[in-house]
Amino acid sequence: MRNSRSTEDIALGIRRRVFEHAMRNNGGYLSQACSAAEQLAFLYNEALNLGPSTMPMVPEPFGGVPSAENRDYRTGAGYNGPFDAVHDRLFIAPAHYALVAYACLIETGRMAAEGLEMFNRDGSSVEMIGAEHSPGMEVHNGTLGIGLSTGAGLAYGRKRRGETGEVCVFMSDGEVQEGQTWEAVQAAAHHRIDNLWALMDVNRQQCDGAMDSVMEVGDIATKFRDFGAVVAEVDAHDLDALREARTTPHEGRPLIVLAHSSPTQGMDFLMRRFPRLHYVRFKTAEERAEMNEAIAAELGIPPVELEAH
Amino acid sequence: MEMVNRPYAAAFEAHAVANPDVLCLSADLTSSCEIDGFRDRHPEQFLSLGMAEQNMLSFAGGLGLAGYRPFLHSFGVFLYRRPYDQLMASIAYPRRKVRLMGFLPGVTTPGGMTHQAIEDLSVMRTIPNMTVLESGDATEVESIVAAADSVDGPVYCRVLRGSVPRLFDTPLEIGRMRVLSEGRDVLVVTAGITTEEAIRARGALDAAGVSVRHLHLNTLKPFDAAQIVDHASSVRHGVVTLENHLVTGGIGSMVAEALAEAGLGRRLIRLGLQDSYAHGGSRPYLMKYYGMDALTLVRAIERLTGEESGIDEDALGAVRLDAVHSAVKAEAL
Ligand SMILES: Cc1ncc(C[n+]2csc(CCOP(=O)(O)OP(=O)(O)O)c2C)c(N)n1
Repeated sequence: MRNSRSTEDIALGIRRRVFEHAMRNNGGYLSQACSAAEQLAFLYNEALNLGPSTMPMVPEPFGGVPSAENRDYRTGAGYNGPFDAVHDRLFIAPAHYALVAYACLIETGRMAAEGLEMFNRDGSSVEMIGAEHSPGMEVHNGTLGIGLSTGAGLAYGRKRRGETGEVCVFMSDGEVQEGQTWEAVQAAAHHRIDNLWALMDVNRQQCDGAMDSVMEVGDIATKFRDFGAVVAEVDAHDLDALREARTTPHEGRPLIVLAHSSPTQGMDFLMRRFPRLHYVRFKTAEERAEMNEAIAAELGIPPVELEAH
Repeated sequence: MEMVNRPYAAAFEAHAVANPDVLCLSADLTSSCEIDGFRDRHPEQFLSLGMAEQNMLSFAGGLGLAGYRPFLHSFGVFLYRRPYDQLMASIAYPRRKVRLMGFLPGVTTPGGMTHQAIEDLSVMRTIPNMTVLESGDATEVESIVAAADSVDGPVYCRVLRGSVPRLFDTPLEIGRMRVLSEGRDVLVVTAGITTEEAIRARGALDAAGVSVRHLHLNTLKPFDAAQIVDHASSVRHGVVTLENHLVTGGIGSMVAEALAEAGLGRRLIRLGLQDSYAHGGSRPYLMKYYGMDALTLVRAIERLTGEESGIDEDALGAVRLDAVHSAVKAEAL
């Protein structure tokens, strides 16, 4: 599906929506919008071959977990288009990026803006940690490090069935600390799974702060290559570079695009919080008001109207 | 009710400082597990192991071999689901003195299926050599640290964090359940956050003339089956268990086994998650949705006594709501 809006525009829209949401809800996964806005906008608006959404614009309430009795159960993957042989599939492996992914669904016309109002509300399917019933999600990834393996399995299965659609896994760099990520690359290379590619948000941050202070991971590009992947490295905020990286030939191997990002891109004010960026919250009303003014100005929008509390 | 802010943080720090063989291990959830202050003040006793739980568990087994007593901090779910094999081979079998501090048990996290430890008790209690503890208030959170560290072998603890009510004034003692009321009609067995629900229900039931015997468990393994049987035999109508966990394998199962082995015929209603995953949402919502709240308990007791109590939601009073804007992150991870 071709979107009439530019990918730059969509990325800006994602930052604005996530910022407004975080302001109204007294905190949120703001830095993930900074680092990943271009990447998600690029995936949905250009890189992936996705059909139109098959789901309602306003997400339905939580409809129960999978069970033999729950016959109407369905995942949120329909927001990414139909399941057919030619279209691509996407997993959001770091499920805490859900807020950013939902904002992207809105910006690309796949979900109504009301969807974000349901975020983390009781009884809603628009969960804080994206669940497989949440818009745009197909599998549960909240336990980090399992996404790429599932993607590799799906890609292998699709290839075996002769399907032309590819599988893309959006990943976070924290996932390289989990051993499973390396097992996934190893298996994908061994089985020559080349209808699989990953786009990793390398923002060098994790919950406790800068990854280097928590657990050094070294040169992940070299490590991925040694495990059998083709690797492209780009500036995550340079769309032309992302476009080019996507075309890297990777016959017989998975492609991993390492998108080196800034966790404060577009919201420089957040640097004041460095290196505690994982989940931004406000201790005082003044802090919130100050951030509201400063970041709104950076994003070119009026400050968010905050109700007193 | 007195609310205590971050009881774990202070209790752990005091204990670790006094015990140099205690090491503080973290898996990239340092502030979420209230050990950020400890890390900053005692960096030499703190090990960051990153988001790599399988390695952390076997690594802790190695520390145990070197004579240390590592305290592992993460959300409960990440301490056993993925690293189960490591838990068995590196920790439980050789009886290493590893203390697994599992935060956000059951539906106390809004993070959905991947974050909710709903089968941890059933898994842990079947592991030979394991001790399993659960804290139900601030006093138990404070005392679970030293209690766990007194065990000659591995321990798994369900720890409450953030703003925690103080219900008890005596410390958690391993193997010692709390008899909170000694009624004659029904026996109610709870642990962790369900105890607060049962206390609320009891108030209303007392007023309605239903006499409840209420046991609070903090030691799930070893399990004091004899005491449970004693209490069950002294009530008229039967037993209700209420747990922040699946009813299979947890407290409901333990009580059922105890009654059956003793040959004591008593009706038993097991409340908690009924062979279902949970999903993301606030704690009061999830407790209600999945039938772990005070009202569900009242209705179960009515089924046992065969009489309607007339108790409704209003009678049970407003469900405790954490201050949404407090610094203790009611809704975050
Ligand atoms: C297996 C597992 N362990 C721990 C967590 C808790 N957790 C959530 S996000 C995160 C790390 C975040 O790092 P990264 O994935 O790079 O995301 P970013 O900081 O860039 O948002 C952790 C440890 C988890 N979700 N899954």
